[in-house]
Amino acid sequence: MSMQKMEAVYVYEAPLRLWHWVNALSITVLALTGYFIASPLPTQPGEASANFLMGYIRFAHFTAAYVFAIGFAARIYWAFAGNHHARQLFLLPVFNPQWWREVWFESRWYLFLEREPRKYVGHNPLAQLFMFVFVTWGSIFMIFTGFALYAEGEGRDGWHDNLFGWVIPLFGQSQDVHSWHHLGMWWILSFVIIHIYVAIREDIMSRQSIVSTMISGYRMFKDERK
Amino acid sequence: MSGIETFYDVMRRQGISRRSFLKFCSLTAAALGLEPAYAGKIAQAMETRPRTPVLWLHGLECTCCSESFIRSAHPLAKDVVLSMISLDYDDTIMTAAGHQAEAILDEITTKYKGNYILAVEGNPPLNQDGMSCIIGGKPFVEQLKRVAKDCKAIISWGSCASWGCVQAARPNPTQATPVHKVILDKPIIKVPGCPPIAEVMTAVITYMLTFDRIPELDRQGRPKMFYGQRIHDKCYRRPHFDAGQFVEEWDDEGARKGYCLYKVGCKGPTTYNACSTTRWNGGVSFPIQSGHGCIGCSEDGFWDKGSFYDRLTTVRPFGIEGNADQIGGTVAGVVGAAAAAHAAVSAIKRARHRNEEKSEEK
Ligand code: HEM
Ligand code: HEM
Ligand code: SF4
Repeated sequence: MSMQKMEAVYVYEAPLRLWHWVNALSITVLALTGYFIASPLPTQPGEASANFLMGYIRFAHFTAAYVFAIGFAARIYWAFAGNHHARQLFLLPVFNPQWWREVWFESRWYLFLEREPRKYVGHNPLAQLFMFVFVTWGSIFMIFTGFALYAEGEGRDGWHDNLFGWVIPLFGQSQDVHSWHHLGMWWILSFVIIHIYVAIREDIMSRQSIVSTMISGYRMFKDERK
Repeated sequence: MSGIETFYDVMRRQGISRRSFLKFCSLTAAALGLEPAYAGKIAQAMETRPRTPVLWLHGLECTCCSESFIRSAHPLAKDVVLSMISLDYDDTIMTAAGHQAEAILDEITTKYKGNYILAVEGNPPLNQDGMSCIIGGKPFVEQLKRVAKDCKAIISWGSCASWGCVQAARPNPTQATPVHKVILDKPIIKVPGCPPIAEVMTAVITYMLTFDRIPELDRQGRPKMFYGQRIHDKCYRRPHFDAGQFVEEWDDEGARKGYCLYKVGCKGPTTYNACSTTRWNGGVSFPIQSGHGCIGCSEDGFWDKGSFYDRLTTVRPFGIEGNADQIGGTVAGVVGAAAAAHAAVSAIKRARHRNEEKSEEK
């Protein structure tokens, strides 16, 4: 969707922006604590009764997990309640040939084959595709595998187990779910690396505001050309 | 009780006193976690209910399940249960052999049609028409199917019958297949472990015989009363886990102090079994207590999950082999390097673009 307008457009509404930053923070905490759950810190000196390091790390993981999961549910709600751009994370216009052409164009732009980037009010189509694959499905994957593991600690027949317990046999056994949950972290982290790099790059190189848009909600354009 | 014996009749015939019988009933009630009043109910059931025969078949296996079973901590329980079973069929411990033994199978399956329990130790290999395990001149899978046809329920003893175990480990040359993938139309109770704990085995079988129903099972078909929790949930080293105190090397201070074995590959956090509660050999010890991590022997495919001594174990997502950090870390590293390279090229392009623009302006 190319735009000609000069004036700022209000794209990302407050709840969406709030979600973005809460989500980014919770993922940071989850990845850090998750890593240390799998590869714990060096042994603590003193009596066991005087230490609770693993306990705190796991507690932080589970707290951030609830923030992450409830946030995701709220984000789904906002896809219905919010504006058009709030739906971009969940609905890809895959039947729209123009959208695919734009994905192609953006790919060429990142491969240095296009000289000038186009303007987009919402996410650019390539970004949208990546977010859908990595964040939307990645979050669903992490929530299902994560809560299945959590259900194991909460015990059989609790609501966690009733809702998510079936995930364990689906993967084989608990150990497999651990491994896949762990791989899921790297899946999401790979997105985060690209995402942050591209956000900053586009902020400098594109013809529109990027990082400030996710803070203020307004998209500003740097020139008047089409 | 016209002609058909009750459990009690059989026990008395085996020379078990009434006093021993009652002791057995209360022990069983305790082992099953039932209230004391159940001792009486068990006694009553055993005195009045006709004996349910148990046929115990052996497929591709190492007999460690039987070895565990006959070492049940409560000799009383073992004697009693064994006397119920050995009367019928169990080719490794019965006196009858050859045609005589096979005749018992035929007799029980017809006389008690739909009313006997089939216990399977080991599993049938399916490759080469089942040739890798021959019983009485025929592939084991045929015997299994024949006896399973008219049974009331099946107990899958051990990890072989439940999941496949070592003979089914990659690449599984004989295509050893767990019982539930061969017999699809009978209730199956899985009692995994390599071997399962003796007390768990006797308790499961006693429950089924006395109450004439199968114990409550979890999603994977294991009795909840023994497989409802992980080793980790009841491990006596758990406080060290929560404190973050680990054995880092086998000969370090932590090992001497009995710290948690998580970092040296303990599979307690992913293994459902009763070892940390009932323990082994009459409650003497269990692997973690003797200083070695749990190897996860009661879990599906435990032979194929990489080293017993690594916390992060091998995964094979798309033919690649490595642990989650090796695979994921490599991917993230490549992505990071690509982003850095891309940034460098972008900067150069931009600088050149600027220069061009400047020269155009001039
Ligand atoms: C972006 C999201 C998340 C990331 C990056 C993440 C990361 C990780 C990692 C790396 C591990 C260690 C896995 C291993 O054993 O090798 C882990 C464990 C775990 N995670 Fe997550 N996780 C996320 C979301 C969640 C969610 C939503 C839950 C739900 C409650 C959850 C619950 C757990 C549990 C229960 C464990 C196992 C803890 C233990 O074994 O003590 N995680 N996580
Ligand atoms: C864990 C870290 C992060 C994750 C998972 C993440 C995820 C996302 C997602 C899913 C969106 C789409 C929002 C929506 O449609 O609802 C988005 C947009 C955005 N994010 Fe992030 N983000 C993270 C960190 C960051 C950081 C650190 C920055 C700042 C440098 C940033 C800048 C942006 C910007 C500028 C947009 C809007 C892009 C556009 O206008 O097309 N993000 N992010
Ligand atoms: S030794 Fe194993 S089962 Fe016990 S607390 Fe440590 S990890 Fe868990």
